[in-house]
Amino acid sequence: MQRLGVRTGAPATALARVGKYTLVRGVALFFTVVVGVYLTILVANMGGYVDQIRRASIWEMVAVGVAANPELQELSPAERRRLIEQQVKILEERMGLDRPFAVRSFMYLKNALTLDLGRAEQLTSDSGSRQVRLILLERLAPTLLLFATAQLLLFFVSVFVALFLSRRYGSTLDRAIVALAPTSAAPAWFYGVFLILIFAAALRVLPFGGMVAAPPPRELLQYALSVLRHLILPVTAIVVSAIFLTIYYWRTFFLIYSSEDYVEMAKAKGLPSSAIERRYILRPTLPTIITSFALTLITLWTGAIVLETIFNWPGLGRLLFRAIGLTDTPVIVGSVVIYAYLLAVTVFVLDIVYALVDPRVKVGAESPRS
Amino acid sequence: MKALQEGLRQLARYPSAVAGLVIIAGLVGLSIYTVASMPLSEGIRLWRGSEGVWLENPKNAMPRWVNLFPGVNLPETVVLSTTASPGLKRVEALSEDLKQVSIAFAFNYPYDDFPQEVSVFLEGTYEERRPNVSLSWKTPDGREIRLGERPVRAAETYRLSQDARLQRRLGGRAPEVGLFADPGAEKPVPLKGTYSLIVEGLLFGESDDLDAKLVVYGKVHGLAGSDHRRRDIMVALLWGAPIALAFGFLAAVGSTVTTMVIAAIGVWYGRWVDGLIQRVTEVNLILPVLPILIMVGTLYSKSIWVMLGVVILLGAFSAGIKTYRAMFLQVKESPFIEAARAYGASNLRIVFRYMIPRVVPVLVPQFVVLIPTYVFLEATLAVLGLGDPVLPTWGKVLEDAYSNGALYNGYYYWVLSPSVLLMLTGLGFAMLGFALDRIFNPRLREM
Repeated sequence: MQRLGVRTGAPATALARVGKYTLVRGVALFFTVVVGVYLTILVANMGGYVDQIRRASIWEMVAVGVAANPELQELSPAERRRLIEQQVKILEERMGLDRPFAVRSFMYLKNALTLDLGRAEQLTSDSGSRQVRLILLERLAPTLLLFATAQLLLFFVSVFVALFLSRRYGSTLDRAIVALAPTSAAPAWFYGVFLILIFAAALRVLPFGGMVAAPPPRELLQYALSVLRHLILPVTAIVVSAIFLTIYYWRTFFLIYSSEDYVEMAKAKGLPSSAIERRYILRPTLPTIITSFALTLITLWTGAIVLETIFNWPGLGRLLFRAIGLTDTPVIVGSVVIYAYLLAVTVFVLDIVYALVDPRVKVGAESPRS
Repeated sequence: MKALQEGLRQLARYPSAVAGLVIIAGLVGLSIYTVASMPLSEGIRLWRGSEGVWLENPKNAMPRWVNLFPGVNLPETVVLSTTASPGLKRVEALSEDLKQVSIAFAFNYPYDDFPQEVSVFLEGTYEERRPNVSLSWKTPDGREIRLGERPVRAAETYRLSQDARLQRRLGGRAPEVGLFADPGAEKPVPLKGTYSLIVEGLLFGESDDLDAKLVVYGKVHGLAGSDHRRRDIMVALLWGAPIALAFGFLAAVGSTVTTMVIAAIGVWYGRWVDGLIQRVTEVNLILPVLPILIMVGTLYSKSIWVMLGVVILLGAFSAGIKTYRAMFLQVKESPFIEAARAYGASNLRIVFRYMIPRVVPVLVPQFVVLIPTYVFLEATLAVLGLGDPVLPTWGKVLEDAYSNGALYNGYYYWVLSPSVLLMLTGLGFAMLGFALDRIFNPRLREM
C-alpha cells in the first residue's frame, strides 16, 4: 500500500476544493446514472423491438375479441378489418405506441429518473395493483428480511472472526479458514441446492422453500416462527457461500495493518491486546470497513435472482426474473433505476466522507503521481 | 522455461495448489477424453434425441454403482432382440405360404426389486396380410401367463405395463410387478430365476418376416443414471466438462486481458481517453450484470457465444480497471518507460511491450480465480432456463432436475453428479488461484 504525503494547506482552500470536488462528483455520478438507466431501457426494450411484440399482441387481442363478439358476426370482412384497425389504433395510442421508440425512450428515461415508475404491463402485486411502486414495495420486505439477516450476520461475524484470527496468525483455526476460502467459488444458490437436499429432502426437518407455511398461521407468534423456520436454509446458504472468503480477506487486511510500526510500538509499550485492536487496528481501517458495510447494504436491494428462485422466496430478485421473462419493461427499469440511485448516492456520500476523513485521499488534485 | 520450473517448484510447496492442479488436470483429461470419444455433433444428437434415441433406457434410473451399497440390488435393463441375435428366432414353414416364427427370449432375473416397465417392440414385414402374433410369459416356477394375440403392423409397440386388461388378470397388480412377483409371498417380492417371453407369429407370405425386441427396463442405468426423458445423464456430464472449461477460460481471458489493455491505454494516453474509460467503467458498475444477461437471454439469443460476448463486454469495464489503473500509473513513471520513449518506441509498443508485461503477475492469480466464477455463471444461466438450447451442460442437468422436482422425488443422483463436478471445478481453480496469489504477491506470503 503506497503512502502518499499528507498535504497541509489552509482550511479555506481545502473547503473550496471539497466543495468543487463534491459538485464535480455529483454531476458525474448523476450523468452515470442517466446513461446506465438509459442503456437498461434500451436493452429491456430490445432497442424498440419489444414494441412490435406489443403491437402484435394488441392486434391479436382485438381480433379475437371482435371475432368472438356475436353482435359483429354480420359485418363484412372489410368492415370488420376496419373496426379492428380502429380499436388497435386507440389501444396503441393509449400505450403511446403511435410515437417512435426513440422519442418514447427519452420519456421513459425522464419518468424513470423522476421515480415516476408507472404501471406494470403484466405483473400485479398480491393486492392486484398494477403500480410498479406498489409491486416493488411489496417484494421489498421479504428481500430485506432475508438479505439483511444474512448480510448483517455475515458482515459482523466475519469482521470479528477476522480480527480474532489476525492475532492468532498461523493457528490451526487460521489455517483452516485459509484452506476453506476457495469454497466461496460457488454461489449461494449452489449451496442452497445442497442444503435443500440434506435438510429438506433427506432429513425432512426444514421446508423446501417459500417464506411461510401454507396456509399461513393465524397467530402472529406462530407466523413469525414459521417465517423463521423458512429463513434458516436460505440464510445459511448465503452465509456459508461467502463466510470463509470474507473472513480470509478481512484477516489479510487486518494483518497488513497489524504489522505497521505503530502497532509494534503499542505492543512494546505493553498495551492490552483489546486496546491495540480498538485503537491501532480498527481505527485506521474504519473507512474501509464503513465502505464495505455501505456497499453491502446496497446489495440488499437487488436480492439474488437464483437464490430466491431456488428457495421460492417472494422477493425482488424473483420479481425481476419474472418481469424479464414477461418483458415487463416498467418493472425491470423500475428496479434498476432504484438500484442505480442507491448505488450512486452511496458512492457519492462515501466519496465525501473519504475526502473529509482520510487525509491521504487528495481532493481535487489531478491524477496522482506516486 | 527455467522460470516455469521455478514457478512449479514454488507451487509444489502449497498442498492446496497441488490438489487444485490435480483436479484441473483431471477435468482437462475428462474433456480431452470426451472430445476424442464423442464428437460434439454426436453429443448434441444424443442430448437432443427424444425417445427414439433412448428407447432402451429406463426413466429416472439411478446410477449403476448404487448396487455396490450393501442391501441394494436394483434391476438392470435387459434388452433382447432378434435383430441383434438372430439365433433366437426359429422359422418353420407350415405350408406353401404359411410360416411360423417362434422367438424365445430367456433372461436371468436375480434382482431384489421389480423392473420399471416391460415393453415388447414388434416389427413385421408383410405383403398382404398382417402377421398374427401371440405372446406368453414363462416364470421361473413354470407358470405360463398368456399375454394375448394381436396382428402386427410395420412397427408395433406393446407396453405391457400399460395393459389394463393384463393388470386385471394379474389380480390388480401392475404388470411389471405381477409378472415378476412370487405368488407364494404375501407382500410383492420378485421371484428370482430365469424368465422367458415366447413370441409366436404366423406369417402369411413367402417374403414376410417378423422381428421382436424385449426390453425389461431396470431401475439403474450407466454410471450417471438417466433422466425424465430416458437420456443418459453421462452425455451431459461428459460434454459439460469441455464446455464449462472453455466458457470459463475464454470469459476469464477475455475479460481480464481486455480490462488490462483498456486500463493501460487509458493511463498511457491520459486526458480524455482516460476520462472516458473511467466514466464508462462507472456506468458499467451501475448496470446489473445478471439481469442484463437474463434480458439478453430471454429477448435476444440464448447462444453460448452471444452470452460469452456479453460477459466479456460487461467484464471488460469492470471494477478491475481501477486497480490496474493505479498500478499502471506507477509503471508509467518508471525509468525504463522513459528509456523506451527516448529510443523512439511508438505509443502502442510502449503499452503492449513495456507496460502490460509489468502487471501480468498480478493478473495471473486473478484470472485463475475468475474462471470458476464464469463456470458458475454459465450454470446459473442454465438453471434459470437460459442455457444454450443445444449444448449438454452441467447447469442444464441441474435445471432439468430442478424443474422435474428431483429433490422432492428423491432422485438425488440427478442433482448430485453435476453439482459435484461444478464444485470440483470451482475448488480446483480457486485453490490454485489462491496459492498463485500468495506466490505472485509476496506481501501476502509473509503474513
